[in-house]
Amino acid sequence: MPTPRRFICRCEDVTFDEIDHAVSLGMASVEELKRYTGLGTGPCQGKECLALLAAHLVRQGHATPEALQPFTARPPAESITFGALAAVRRQQSKSESPGDGT
Amino acid sequence: MGSADAPLPNHLDVAIIGGGIMGLSTAYQLTQTRGLGKFGSSRAPAVAVIERSYLVSGASGRNGGGVRMQWADTGNVELMMESIAMCRGLAQELGINLWFRQGGYLFMARSEQGEARLLRNAELHKHVGAPTRVLTASEARELAPVLDVSGVRLATHNPEDGVVFPWPFVWGYAAQAMKRGVTVRTHTAVETIEPTADGFALTLSGGQRLTASTVVNATGAWSPWINRSLGVELPNRPHRHEILSSEPLKPFLDPLVVDLDSGLYCSQSTRGELVTGMTVPEPDPELDEHGLPPIRMDSSHRFLSYIGDALLRIMPVAAGIKVLRQWAGPYDVSPDGDGIAGPSPGLPRLIQVCGFTGHGFMMAPAVGRLLARFIADGTHHPMLDRWDPGRFAAGTAQRSEDMIIG
Repeated sequence: MPTPRRFICRCEDVTFDEIDHAVSLGMASVEELKRYTGLGTGPCQGKECLALLAAHLVRQGHATPEALQPFTARPPAESITFGALAAVRRQQSKSESPGDGT
Repeated sequence: MGSADAPLPNHLDVAIIGGGIMGLSTAYQLTQTRGLGKFGSSRAPAVAVIERSYLVSGASGRNGGGVRMQWADTGNVELMMESIAMCRGLAQELGINLWFRQGGYLFMARSEQGEARLLRNAELHKHVGAPTRVLTASEARELAPVLDVSGVRLATHNPEDGVVFPWPFVWGYAAQAMKRGVTVRTHTAVETIEPTADGFALTLSGGQRLTASTVVNATGAWSPWINRSLGVELPNRPHRHEILSSEPLKPFLDPLVVDLDSGLYCSQSTRGELVTGMTVPEPDPELDEHGLPPIRMDSSHRFLSYIGDALLRIMPVAAGIKVLRQWAGPYDVSPDGDGIAGPSPGLPRLIQVCGFTGHGFMMAPAVGRLLARFIADGTHHPMLDRWDPGRFAAGTAQRSEDMIIG
């Protein structure tokens, strides 16, 4: 069995114990658990912890596999720098005709 | 938190529709009004919050968490002074870490017009007692050395402004409201709502019918649909806004920075992420069969490239910082930029608390308190005149606030 200090989300330092505590407070869905504990909101964006959470909820009897839904995946699929994004916009501005107000 | 099968009585003193920050702070504050006015001192009012989805699913879970008293209008400055004063003790009161950090808001103006706005505001803030300072560009840079202040004519800074993490804020209100007897019913839609002689009759998804003496429409951007079903015509409309957060970094940005000319705001949360958003021009949306724009929560690549460009102009060092995730949420936009709160035209037992145009979250602590007092014993906070839902039909609405950001 997991001990209280075992981490489920290494990005945001969320432990199995904290998940169980959140469930005991009435957090019934993965979306709510994310918003209560911060699980899945760090650099891995859930790639490491989401499956662990699903397995844990089923193992503890808090959810059935059929009813479990993952939280909404947020773009970008991979992290990308502001510099690369700005370059896209600046390239677009250059190619737009002068005088169009952009 | 809350539950899809939380038992509801057949009659409620106050039914609050919408489990966002406005509804939950009002519910919590109603539990503090015992002994006031119409509920008497012998019993606590029967209050329920009815939420269609889960708590924190709407705009309350999607905003940037900024709290500021730097507004252009005395009423808003004073209200936010009250709200920020409440925020200071709120973590202890609600028993949850709100990640509240007062690093100030730094507004920067590059245009003559922006400069004039900031100077006018600073004068007004002085008069009201808000500690806003006017700064030169180089003084602004001292506050946030990562900023490129070239072209900045003037900046203002108020050290009392700050940021919170919106999620625990909402959970905190919900937990304390429930602890004090409020029923929080989630995953339950209000299917129909009809006026009766002494209140309203509601039908919930699942079929339960109940009555309520007072109904509070706290559904924000979703409120026009409920209002329509009751024949209440108010002009607030949903408008999609996008936002993103970066990888977490060590603290390097103290104030929340607003670039007045682009409308970009950027702060570093206590979790270390940069949180930044701005309005990107887009075509008018198609209207639904009720003549209302849809509530869209999709994210765009376009937003990413616009904000990358705008952020690098004021913070070149961000070029190497990675974006982790982006999302969107609805502003609940009222035509004059002011909230719509108080009794509805023709239906005084239907209390609106909508239309806060992107600044409802920061105002919610103060709004919930003044609204609860109004519901409990009719105490009339001066802002209720200004937020009067009847002002549009009466033709008395006027724009007095121009510091709406994002």
